[in-house]
Amino acid sequence: MTATTLDQPVKAPTFQKLSLRRKVTNNFATVLVTLSVAIAVVPLVWVLYTVVVNGFGAVTSSEWWSHSQAGMTAFKAGGGAYHAIIGTLLQGLVCAIISIPIGVFVGIYLVEYGGGTRLGKVTTFMVDILTGVPSIVAALFIYALWVATLGFQRSGLAVSLALVLLMIPVIVRSTEEMLRIVPMDLREASYALGVPKWKTISAIVLPTALSGIVTGILLALARVMGETAPLLILVGYSQAMNFDMFNGFMGSLPGMMYDQTSAGAGANPVPTDRLWGAAFTLIVLIALLNVGARFIAKFFAPKKV
Amino acid sequence: MTDRLDVTESGGLPNPADAGSGEVIASPFPEPTPISTDPSKNAKVRPGDRIFRGLAEGSGVLIVVIIAAIGAFLLWRAIPALARNEENFFLFGGNWVTTDTSAMHFGILDLLQVTVFVSVFALLLAMPVALGIAIFLTQYAPRRVSAPLAYMVDLLAAVPSIIYGVWGLYVLAPVLKPFATWLNENLSWMFLFQTGNASVAGGGTIFTAGIVLAVMILPIITAVTREVFIQTPRGHIEAALALGATRWEVVKTTVLPFGLSGYISGAMLGLGRALGETIALLIILRGTQQAFGWSLFDAGYTFASKIAAAASEFNDQYKAGAYIAAGLILFILTFIVNSLARAAVAGRSKS
Repeated sequence: MTATTLDQPVKAPTFQKLSLRRKVTNNFATVLVTLSVAIAVVPLVWVLYTVVVNGFGAVTSSEWWSHSQAGMTAFKAGGGAYHAIIGTLLQGLVCAIISIPIGVFVGIYLVEYGGGTRLGKVTTFMVDILTGVPSIVAALFIYALWVATLGFQRSGLAVSLALVLLMIPVIVRSTEEMLRIVPMDLREASYALGVPKWKTISAIVLPTALSGIVTGILLALARVMGETAPLLILVGYSQAMNFDMFNGFMGSLPGMMYDQTSAGAGANPVPTDRLWGAAFTLIVLIALLNVGARFIAKFFAPKKV
Repeated sequence: MTDRLDVTESGGLPNPADAGSGEVIASPFPEPTPISTDPSKNAKVRPGDRIFRGLAEGSGVLIVVIIAAIGAFLLWRAIPALARNEENFFLFGGNWVTTDTSAMHFGILDLLQVTVFVSVFALLLAMPVALGIAIFLTQYAPRRVSAPLAYMVDLLAAVPSIIYGVWGLYVLAPVLKPFATWLNENLSWMFLFQTGNASVAGGGTIFTAGIVLAVMILPIITAVTREVFIQTPRGHIEAALALGATRWEVVKTTVLPFGLSGYISGAMLGLGRALGETIALLIILRGTQQAFGWSLFDAGYTFASKIAAAASEFNDQYKAGAYIAAGLILFILTFIVNSLARAAVAGRSKS
């Protein structure tokens, strides 16, 4: 046995180099996967950029935040989006007032009471189905129920009712998720002290989960405020102020945008400016709700022990 | 269990670490019945408890009632109009004539074709991208990068659909114009790219609408897929790495088999969203009087955009009834697609 054979390893090296085919496939996959993220980010940036660049001029005019479109035509520049902002906020507010209690209670029911029961399972399934109900179907349902059957007028309230159907499932989901992460120990400690279940839920569980629930509500509100389909069917667009939820046509930001597309936006500069102005205002509103939601989630979250 | 062990190629050998295998051998005695920890078992039910429980349960029932009511009311309001329909509701694809309410002409064939065509086109565009994003965010990107990127993708869902609509028509369509024209000129032998019933240069085609729709359903597919991919057992991934798999091979042998059903159900949810999308398609798609011909350069109406476009006719119960009938079909369609999606997820989590 010579020194040279001892230098030879007894076995072939365990780590072999990657074959070219595997290496190429791996790199190719990495490129594709990274590229797909870029593909997703491009439209987001592009849409936001378009809205900001085209809408900035309109919203910086002095009348935008304080005047309505009353008396304006597609050939007369001026006026603002005050009526539309108020309309969107009012409809969102009424919708939130109706859907928050229902949504939170369904969430409580699913987590604290009937999660495993037959009714609980059916409810979970129905919430899933409600999540997928298209906004136009929700609008048709409210039309069939509220306007055609009960005989009420088309109004801002009818829009709010349709939005309730779209908002409830989002609130239910976030409430459910938040209640589930509240530690069981808190509930048990409360029960051990003889506190009734309803007081345990309302005084211990809900406050612990509150920041998460509020975050979910704000995000849900941001989602329904941009809905347009119910507006078309359940209320006419009004260029003038209308604070009355029960009567008459009502302005709203998506309604204003749709009105501009029918008024010749794209060709005629006046409605085009108004279109992008309303879009910018709507984005700002939604961004504020989103930022608010993140702020609450971050700073009011219960401290981790 | 077998599909999970494929990676390690142990060929179905019993694994002592598996839950259950030890119990069979080591537990010949029946388990004693657990002591009840239900705090309110023998306690008197307080009125406050009863009210609170009633409210919670009532809200749960309300949801079930709402879904049932949607179907019932739409059907009830659609029947009078259907009774006065002179055409076959399912097989008539021509123009809707609802002015004479005693003899109306309407049917859903054309709407169904356009709706399915544009949704499937959008789905085919969105699915590979969503898969790529989900893989990147869960397997490739470091946590520091992946959280903000995931938030950005989610933000796509926060943009209202009307903004996508005006962006698609006024900004995206002119950019796509040369590409669309090229496809139309060079590939018109294929039915997808033949000249349809809308102007290719005008941009109000299914081609533009489908691309915008793909962007809109991307976040939901990505979110569901991501959620499932992130649950891939660490052990599977590490086992694959230990066998010398490259990063892509890890994904292919562990993440994809594990998350496939989640991906499918995410895609179904995206399809459900696409079928019901209203305002973006109403703005982008040109209305047309001509029949639909399975070309990407056709225009027309989907269920939702047809209903929304007819908002001014909602002053007469028969006219409205015709559109409510279309809405009912859309509701049933989305109901089926969403149930299938949920069933796929539920089947997954049980196995």
